[in-house]
Amino acid sequence: MKRVYVNEEWCLGCHLCEYNCAFANSGLKDMADALKGKKIFPRIHVEGDEKISYGVSCRHCEDPMCIKSCIAGAISKENGVVTINRNKCVGCLTCVLVCPYGALAPSEEGTMQKCELCVKNSCGEPACVTGCPNKAIVYEERG
Amino acid sequence: MSDYVIIGNGTAATGCIEGIRSVDPNGKITLISKEKHKVYSRPLISYLLEGKTDVERMKYRSDDFYDKNGVSFLPGISAAKIDADKKEISLDNEEKIAFDKVCVSTGSSPFVPPFEGLDTVEKKFSFMTLDDALSLKDALNPESRVLIVGAGLIGLKCAEGIKDLVKEITVCDLADRILSSILDAECAGIMQKHLEENGIKFLLSDSAAKFESNKAIMKSGMEVEFDVLVLAIGVRANISLVKDIGGEVNRGIVVNTKMETSVKDIYAAGDCSEGYDASIGGNRVLAILPNAYMQGFAAGVNMAGGDKEFSNAIPMNSIGFFGLHVMTAGSYDGECFEEKREGVLKRFFVKDNCLIGYMLIGETDRAGIYTSMIREKVPLDTVDFELLKKVATTFAFSGENRRKKFGGVV
Repeated sequence: MKRVYVNEEWCLGCHLCEYNCAFANSGLKDMADALKGKKIFPRIHVEGDEKISYGVSCRHCEDPMCIKSCIAGAISKENGVVTINRNKCVGCLTCVLVCPYGALAPSEEGTMQKCELCVKNSCGEPACVTGCPNKAIVYEERG
Repeated sequence: MSDYVIIGNGTAATGCIEGIRSVDPNGKITLISKEKHKVYSRPLISYLLEGKTDVERMKYRSDDFYDKNGVSFLPGISAAKIDADKKEISLDNEEKIAFDKVCVSTGSSPFVPPFEGLDTVEKKFSFMTLDDALSLKDALNPESRVLIVGAGLIGLKCAEGIKDLVKEITVCDLADRILSSILDAECAGIMQKHLEENGIKFLLSDSAAKFESNKAIMKSGMEVEFDVLVLAIGVRANISLVKDIGGEVNRGIVVNTKMETSVKDIYAAGDCSEGYDASIGGNRVLAILPNAYMQGFAAGVNMAGGDKEFSNAIPMNSIGFFGLHVMTAGSYDGECFEEKREGVLKRFFVKDNCLIGYMLIGETDRAGIYTSMIREKVPLDTVDFELLKKVATTFAFSGENRRKKFGGVV
């Protein structure tokens, strides 16, 4: 299946992916309404320093620890996409305890959120990928 | 075609069903469940009382889970005896079920010491099952004074869950600190203070000696009046089905990394079992939910003829009370490195160039990065440990490690 991959060599560390992610998942039509003056809760995070940087989001693992560890049975795989049912999540953070990539974080409401490849919003393709100015994030099939 | 029987209906049993079905789509699976409920998320019972979930949302799997997986679900029935030679299980309703492979996932039961006068207490509860939680809730009212015996994970989650439903909660424990199985004195002190600020009272290094109806007489001689008593002293693994037929048991049913017991074709998984703990290099009961699922899954795969080892289990806990979270993992038997800031205490334990355990309170973001370092035994001289102590980041790993993590399918 197609997944999001990052290229450290090309990432500028501009953090645009974080803003595009937060906007895409806000459900709002206007970027300023969605983000201006607000604390954002993106599902991708840029890591690194001035020299090397890269965005980190859910790897949609073949054998995900988060699914097996969720005490609420709130995480499952739908067509390969690791998905959270936020209606069932109680915010215990066990998924944070086990994810080797640090890819899950609480949403504004306290329930957990993570990258779901923009399959549930109107983007069609991951917004972090489409909006990356240097093509440092790609959405493709790899072995 | 094989006949599989699973005894118990918790997380390990669910893992077992999914493990069997990952290998064998057709074999007959029979699930013997003492509880009448379909599988639910047991650790959510405190969240249920707190109003953060409800009986519908706390279902661990959807209603059609058994049908979809071709499971014959026998609710309200207990297994009385396993006959390993005849390959059949006697049920408490006198019926018998034949099996080729059986998984014992019977969980644990509350341990209640023989307190003098306990029979004089009218409203007393354990806090393990959905029915426990529902009957406790029925017994509470806004004027209730509740005494909880046991300041472990169960007792304290219960306290948090019922806080807004009652007038007063006192938690007592013989240990000198709360959460003594996972926290050291300083971390426990931080969490205790936070719980006290949220209205929970504590009596530590002291416990009930005897009861007189609505009064507990403590070992110290102090008297505590209460309306409702919750007993959360500890749990005991339900091992009798295997013990009775001479299978190897200790504190739990002893299993190898394939979840096989010492008796042929009998497997065990979850809180009733005693499996390999990589953090101590030996067997012990690891009664945590992720472990139950992974053990159950491994048992299921092996029962169905697959080959699955589960050899990197470690203790790990994420637990929060009134918004303050604490995470712990691994073993604390190593050199301690500390990171302390206002409201944050992190302790890392290091041995033989590896992170072997940690305790985090106040800041738990991305702690799974640390957990994975323990489970994967990442050599510390290949990472920027100084950076990791401050913040959990994959940037502390080598470029090669990062490319492996982020460059392909994992």
